[in-house]
Amino acid sequence: MLPKWFDDWNAKNPTDVYRPAILVGVVGAAVVVAGLLVAYGQPWPTQSLQTGPRGTGMHVPDFVAVAARPDPTVAAYVSPPPVEPAPGEPTAGEAYENAEPLLASLPQSQYDRLVGAMREWTGIPDLLAGEENYQTVVARRMIQMTWLLNDAWSGHTNAYADDGTNAGVNCFTCHRGQPVPAGIWFDPGSTVKVMAGWGGVQNRVTMLSQFTSLPSDALQKYLVEGESIKVHDLESRVEGRASDPDYIAWQHTERTFSLMNYFSNSLGVNCVFCHNSRAFYDPGQVTPQWNNAMLAIQMVLEVNNDYLIPLGEVLPAERLGPLGDAPKIACMTCHKGYQRPMGGFDMISDWPELTAEIVAVGN
Amino acid sequence: MPEYQNIFTQVQVRGAPEWGMDNENNMMEERAGRPGFSNLIGWLGNAQIGPIYLGATGVVSIACGVLWLNIIGFNMLAQVGWSIPEFIRQLFWLALEPPSPEYGLSMPPLNDGGWYIIASFFLLVSVLAWWVRSYQLAQMHKMGKHVAWAFASAIWLFLVLGLFRPILMGSWSEGVPYGIFPHLDWTTAFSIRYGNLYYNPFHCLSIVFLYGSVLLFAMHGATILAVSRFGGDRELEQIVDRGTATERAALFWRWTMGFNATMEGIHRWAWWFAVLTPITGGIGILLTGTVVDNWFIWAQEHHFAPTYLGDYGYEAYQGTGG
Repeated sequence: MLPKWFDDWNAKNPTDVYRPAILVGVVGAAVVVAGLLVAYGQPWPTQSLQTGPRGTGMHVPDFVAVAARPDPTVAAYVSPPPVEPAPGEPTAGEAYENAEPLLASLPQSQYDRLVGAMREWTGIPDLLAGEENYQTVVARRMIQMTWLLNDAWSGHTNAYADDGTNAGVNCFTCHRGQPVPAGIWFDPGSTVKVMAGWGGVQNRVTMLSQFTSLPSDALQKYLVEGESIKVHDLESRVEGRASDPDYIAWQHTERTFSLMNYFSNSLGVNCVFCHNSRAFYDPGQVTPQWNNAMLAIQMVLEVNNDYLIPLGEVLPAERLGPLGDAPKIACMTCHKGYQRPMGGFDMISDWPELTAEIVAVGN
Repeated sequence: MPEYQNIFTQVQVRGAPEWGMDNENNMMEERAGRPGFSNLIGWLGNAQIGPIYLGATGVVSIACGVLWLNIIGFNMLAQVGWSIPEFIRQLFWLALEPPSPEYGLSMPPLNDGGWYIIASFFLLVSVLAWWVRSYQLAQMHKMGKHVAWAFASAIWLFLVLGLFRPILMGSWSEGVPYGIFPHLDWTTAFSIRYGNLYYNPFHCLSIVFLYGSVLLFAMHGATILAVSRFGGDRELEQIVDRGTATERAALFWRWTMGFNATMEGIHRWAWWFAVLTPITGGIGILLTGTVVDNWFIWAQEHHFAPTYLGDYGYEAYQGTGG
């Protein structure tokens, strides 16, 4: 096909074209890729939230695209505008025979607005409809719990009030339109039935161990039974043998680590959001978020022990855990994987009925 | 592709299988297996497979090792209700855990560390028997005992982790779990519990020797391959009868960094770096929880880690990004 002189010349001048071709191709592709990166930036840009003094490597990194994605459940939030009670309007207690006693002193229009919103928030259309069933009992306790969270625990639920941002919580913060909120948890009991002691509470892929082989009983021990999370000695040498009953061993550290994994995943943060990881224990090197989390631990302990666990006697069997225990809360129940539940949205300014216990006010 | 860039051995010498000597130790008696050849294995090392000299210690070692592994395996199998698919699915999470701390140094129930103690005993016998075997084989070949002592340095770390430190701590619960993820959990928890093991100077030394070993191995391997065209891979001859390969390798490094090892000395460098890795690491582990309970505080007390003076500085950078 080609002229004879070309074939002859080719045969006399054998040249390896493949090696230069590969070289040129590789170098050329690298130049093109480098040019594209310079021109358009890297395709998966990241951002960092600095959490400590520079030079300490304390930052929470995230993909820009992921960080910009809002919590998908927030969009379902409804909050009807506040209503002004008409002069001489009867209270709910006067207007309805079966008005919820806790809210009975509210004017009728405000009562209707609140109960209507609560039905939307919890996805229970007949909530507080007058019939005294288990949902009524639970709802009553949950109203009291909301008062507690917004009032006594406003240090946590309204942690950024000093910045002028009001947050607080209402039913939707946990429920997100579901009768049973996501992110609740039950006591898993023994993970490895045939083993006793430490071998019986870990080494299983569970939600509570964050799919690690760490102990699965961290939430139960720390957020219900109130055991100490701390594992460190605060002096370089402290007397003690591992067999002493109060010795904090590496097993306890694994349990703490399991809890910290839960914190981390529940808030979408890493260790250095709260700690300087070179000295986890050092109160002089923690961030302000650490204090907020310490407050939250006490808050969750009170809510679980005083509000949720007693409801185990009221709830039907299908609402209880494998060991017959009541559903309990922890970070994930409100935070849903985000630093601030509902993105720090103001859940409370339009709902003064939920900020603290209602004292009967004359109308 | 130039021959010297290949990762595989380029020359496979093939003759009648080599049986080795049969000296006054009557090594032939305990030599087992018919030797054969494998091209594939020849790419990576010597193409000849076998015979093997197991000896009494080798048999004891393998028997105990098999028992150790099977105790762990059957414990894991029992933990998943004797289901093979679950065993495979959860294998990385499963473990044979050491006893709970309250049992101290006494024998715990089988399902709370008892099996762990039994398995550990067999592992101890297995490893020590293998060490004796490595010593005896060197003796039979009238070799130095360098391999045995290098192995002993690893055994030192093994004994510190599983025997010496638990005894000093007063509880077998301080042992390391037998499991893929669980032993890594132990490592993390151990470091965190004792205030960050990175501030343990012996841990630092161990890392230096570990990374140093890697560096030396790469430098030595590269150097010998680079001069093998001049006979540099005949290292033993070059030690006593220095040729152009050694000269070039030596000049290369001396002109590169002003100093060079010798054809013999480089092996002493490598041996000591490797051996010091577990020796220093073992010292660091042994001191942890027994002599020092918080390494970061210890390091600050000994001016090994900086101490912040005054405020940590959160206020200083908050809002300004600096």
